[in-house]
Parts: sequence; C-alpha cells; structure tokens
Amino acid sequence: MSSNNRPLSPHLDVYRLPLSALISIVHRGTGAFLTIGTVVLVWWLMALAGGEQSFNEAQEFMGGFFGKLILFGWSFALFFHLANGIRHLVWDAGYCFEKSDVEKSSYIVLGAAGFLTVLVWIIAFSTGGGA
Amino acid sequence: MAEFTLPENSVVKKGKTFPAPDGATNIQAVEIYRWDPDTGENPRIDTYHIDLDTCGPMVLDAIIKIKDEVDSTLAFRRSCREGICGSCSMNINGRNTLACTKDISDIEGPIKIYPLPHMPVVKDIVPDLTHFYAQYASIKPWIQSTTPPPGDKERLQSKEERSKLDGLYECILCACCSTSCPSYWWNGDRYLGPAILLQAYRWLADSRDENAGERLDELEDPFKLYRCHTIMNCTETCPKGLNPAKAIAEIKKLLVERKIA
Repeated sequence: MSSNNRPLSPHLDVYRLPLSALISIVHRGTGAFLTIGTVVLVWWLMALAGGEQSFNEAQEFMGGFFGKLILFGWSFALFFHLANGIRHLVWDAGYCFEKSDVEKSSYIVLGAAGFLTVLVWIIAFSTGGGA
Repeated sequence: MAEFTLPENSVVKKGKTFPAPDGATNIQAVEIYRWDPDTGENPRIDTYHIDLDTCGPMVLDAIIKIKDEVDSTLAFRRSCREGICGSCSMNINGRNTLACTKDISDIEGPIKIYPLPHMPVVKDIVPDLTHFYAQYASIKPWIQSTTPPPGDKERLQSKEERSKLDGLYECILCACCSTSCPSYWWNGDRYLGPAILLQAYRWLADSRDENAGERLDELEDPFKLYRCHTIMNCTETCPKGLNPAKAIAEIKKLLVERKIA
C-alpha cells in the first residue's frame, strides 16, 4: 500500500483552543507589534533630532486620531506582553502549572493588561499629555 | 515552517448521511472523519444517526455500535475500553481525548470525531504514529546505569524517590497531548513534543537511572526541547490528568541548574 498520498488530519480548523493557547497567540502577536512600534519610536526620535519642523509634523500625526489609535494599541500590547512575560518567568521557575492556576493567571494577565492600559491613558489625558 | 491550511489532498468534503433506525426516539448524530486509502478521494465527513437507548455511555461505545450495526467499513483503534491502553485517542468535539473515557452525555449537539490533529492518516480515524514512536525510542526509555545491580535483590527506591515518578509513570503514550500542541504541529519533525518530553523527564526523575548527564545533553537542543512555548494545550487535554507542560519546565530547570552549579 502506498503511504505517500496519506492526507494530513485537520488541526487548526477543528481544534478548540483553550484560553491559554489564545493568549499565547496574542503574546506572539503583541511581540511582533511592539517590534514595529519600536521602529515608529525611532522615527519619532529622528523627527525630534531633525529640528522643529520635522518634530511638529511627527507630533501632528501622533497626536491625531490615527496616531492615538496606534499609541493605544501599542500601550496595550506593551502591558499585555509585560504581564504575560511575567507569567512566563513564573512558569520558567516551575510554578503555576496546575490547570486551575493557568486559568486564573490567564484572567489576571488580561485584567492587568487592560487595567494598566486604561490607567496610563487616564494619566496621560489628565496631565494634558493626550491633548 | 508553519502551514496553517491543509494540503489539497487533505481538504475535508461532505460525506454520506445514515438515518436513524425506525422507531428510534433518543437520536444522536455522530459525525466522523473518513478516508479510504483505496479510492484516492479526499477525506469526507460521514454522519451517522444512532439510537442512544441501545448504546453504551461512552463515545467509544457509539463508534463500536456504528461499526457493528451501520457501517462495517469504519476503521478505528481500540483495545482496553477503560483508559489504560491509549489506543482510542482521537479528536472529539475539538479536544483530544480517549473515546473510551469520554461520556456521550457530556457532549451537546452532534458528536464530531476527527483523527488526532496534524498527523498522516492511515485510514479513517487511524493516524500513523511511526514518527511519534521513533521519537519515543530516541530518548532511550529504560534505566541506564553503570553500577552493577545488587546481587540478591532489585534496585530499591525510598518512598520519597518513588513518589517523584507519580504523575509521570501513568502516561499511556496515547499522543493526545503531542497532537494538541501547535509547536508539534509546525515542528513535529524535530520537536519531541509533550508526551515524549514527559517520558524523558520520567527517566531523569528516576533515582535508579545514572545517565542523567547524557540524557540532558541530548535534550539541550533548540528544537527537541525548546520549541515548547508553554501554550498549555498538552496539560489542558491530557485524558489522564497529567501535566506534560510542568515536566518540560522541570527539564528546562535541570538544564539551567547544571549550568550554574
């Protein structure tokens, strides 16, 4: 019997991913997004180094709706990646592997990322930084 | 590289539907992945309607009933029907588990049965586990020692030493965990996967084994071990309630400890 025409069984299409797996995907996604965000940060700094006119142009873009949206996404990505990164450190130390602990820490990561993001934006707006 | 879609010959088509027998009142739909190596056609999903009033309580009972009474061409593996042999591992309603310990009553709606994910299919829900077993052999799953055994008795362990094997020795190598792991899906050719790594740790944790150094040398590899990204699908799905993710973390810890020791 020939075996090289064997089909590959379905995987992503049929597997019901648990929350921990979804968070793992978002962790990688936010990591990639943060890398791109760092390039934007460099562009911003270069605009600053380029003098008043280029800085004002950069400020205008970043202060606009689209720029703020990117910054909001970037801040969420940062806090999510940070919170889940700390969970990874705990895992690497050998703790928090019971199923109930994994579920609990998943919600803590999501909650912490959301809370810190909102907190930073409240501070930003209340100090005039978001204006 | 990760390929998120199925190759052309693996795309699943709609299959046949088998109605419930006359007079059946407690009808359950069972959708099963089918592939026949002799026809060369793509895999399909066949739907069987069975009467639960004349069926045992587990998913495996339903599958056996279908083969006995409805469609004898259905191929699957089973042996012990009590969760100790690991033969009837499959994907049931999105999670890998043993059909013999999965209650039909726990499932809402149709029962959806697929082979273990991302594996070459031999026929229907029978996957080819050749590579999985070869990986198991590669970790040398037996006691290796240099000291000769005591002449008049076995190699003894204290209760404490023996307890370190609890949660490890129960693994039945059903491959549910490995085939639930996205890292194993994308890199299964070189990544050992959770089941084999749990077994690797089982021998590292055995007080009678004297070859830990060499075992760790073998495991210290970006692919064999470090494709584990703690996604936790393995621990979530293990039908025996074991924790492969923790076993893998313990191996990583041993590797760090011997570096700084």
